[in-house]
Amino acid sequence: MDGGGGRGRELERLRAEREELDARIRLLESEIETGSAAPAGEAGGPAAGVGDGGGGACQACPGLAHADSLPADMIYRYSRHLLLPDFGVEGQRKLSRSSILVVGAGGLGSPVALYLAACGVGILGIVDGDDVELNNLHRQIIHQEAYIGRSKVKSAADTCRAINSSIKVVEHHHTLKPSNALEVVRKYDIVVDATDNLPTRYMISDCCVLLNKPLISGAALGLEGQLTVYHHNGSPCYRCLFPNPPPVAACQRCSDSGVLGVVPGVIGCLQALEAIKVATDIGEPLSGRMLLFDALSARIRIVKIRGSSPVCTICAENSVFTQEDFQKFDYEAFTQSPMSDKSTLSLNLLPESARITCTEYKRLIDKGEPHVLLDVRPAHHFQIVSLSRSLNIPLSVLEEKLPMLETSMKETMDASAASDKQPSLYVVCRRGNDSQSAVQLLREKGFHSAKDIVGGLQSWAQDVDPDFPAY
Amino acid sequence: MHLTLEFGGGLELLLEKSTKVHKVDVQPRDGEDKATMKGLLSWVKSNLIKERPEMFIKDDSVRPGVLVLINDCDWELCGGLDAELEDKDVVVFISTLHGG
Ligand SMILES: [Zn+2]
Ligand SMILES: [Zn+2]
Repeated sequence: MDGGGGRGRELERLRAEREELDARIRLLESEIETGSAAPAGEAGGPAAGVGDGGGGACQACPGLAHADSLPADMIYRYSRHLLLPDFGVEGQRKLSRSSILVVGAGGLGSPVALYLAACGVGILGIVDGDDVELNNLHRQIIHQEAYIGRSKVKSAADTCRAINSSIKVVEHHHTLKPSNALEVVRKYDIVVDATDNLPTRYMISDCCVLLNKPLISGAALGLEGQLTVYHHNGSPCYRCLFPNPPPVAACQRCSDSGVLGVVPGVIGCLQALEAIKVATDIGEPLSGRMLLFDALSARIRIVKIRGSSPVCTICAENSVFTQEDFQKFDYEAFTQSPMSDKSTLSLNLLPESARITCTEYKRLIDKGEPHVLLDVRPAHHFQIVSLSRSLNIPLSVLEEKLPMLETSMKETMDASAASDKQPSLYVVCRRGNDSQSAVQLLREKGFHSAKDIVGGLQSWAQDVDPDFPAY
Repeated sequence: MHLTLEFGGGLELLLEKSTKVHKVDVQPRDGEDKATMKGLLSWVKSNLIKERPEMFIKDDSVRPGVLVLINDCDWELCGGLDAELEDKDVVVFISTLHGG
């Protein structure tokens, strides 16, 4: 398995070198045809022969230099690396012969890909199925405004090539899935997990164990980050550490909880560093240790973690988990969460009679129906944007603040003509899940007119008011 | 026995005012001469956790997805629930992150 991967990589590398040679031949041919000045005096013919005849090493192909020195353009470009006694020519050469796959071109993947391209890895693969969005740019610093709406992989690869045209950047324009992961990961020496969701993390770890690749794993959320190197030098795999997935309610996502842009930036830079250390076999990589970063208190804690578990279902010696099992494994069912940071599972807690669509609600406003609109989002969400005349009581404190709602209901009733009838009560949240839980609670507490606005503010922006700011 | 307890990765949201660091004084449980992690977990559950205890504890241990560190070392390497605590130990509870 490993030998096959090694030969596969060799093949990949040779093809890349051939492509590069072909490109140079085409360039020289076209220069000869157009009669333009030949660079570096090489086209002057064999008569010029400056001691380079015997070895066959050549200025024309930097990838195939003399056995013991780097080609001139590499020496200049990477001179500050070469000056490091611990890194030197040997480190740079190993780097230029390594192939690294970055899974995810987002907040973590941006600095990873930028640094790996700049530092001169031989082959840099980038895999991601998403397109660039405006709300990515505060943290996904590899992308530019001009690429909004276009593929993240294309955007990231273009940036990497602009920084370093001498490396090979491979674009994988799709989400990594059990059906394609083996085939993609097989081509690389090292994998960097820069993804944003739980099922993909289990999948990448399992895949790296099956193909015996070291995995540089980083994560960030809010103002915290975590980093470790799995399945390397006896370190555990993701499943050794977390054999069972956490409950869905414990699973926070950047698109719900937020993230300070520079936090994944810090973790991504450290991932690039660990990838370089593993590729060059320099220093002590973070295998068997985990780095915990707390941005708010400016603290970094490095802790010792367990080794590879002898009872791990994936990486233990007696594991029976095969590549076929992997391709059939349902990671979304295992973790009860989607393989995307964005898609939301829509709850369906209420009967139809307790729900109303945004368009229906708009009609009621236009008719001037007396009602109370309760927004159950957290206060800091309410501050971002809200519908006019809505009352904010976050779901987490709704039960204790019911008197506030009662007062508001009473005021609305007194102000309306039909003052004996309880006014309608509509409940809204960001996406229409919390509002359903709130309506359940309210009906139990005697607010029988409570109805949930289906799809929340997201649907309002989509179906009623396109100018309503999405976030 | 004085302990420093730290909560992170979102676990702090289960505590009063989302405070991450707690200096506490914990005594061994009746019939035990040393405080153990098992005892500490139930102490934390009844004294510090303010909401959704199921986000912290499951079946007498921490829920899946939480790492426990005693003096910067994985509790699995120190005896897990049976690990004995010493005065001035630092115990960290951290929920794994998977965003990016
Ligand atoms: Zn394992
Ligand atoms: Zn998640």
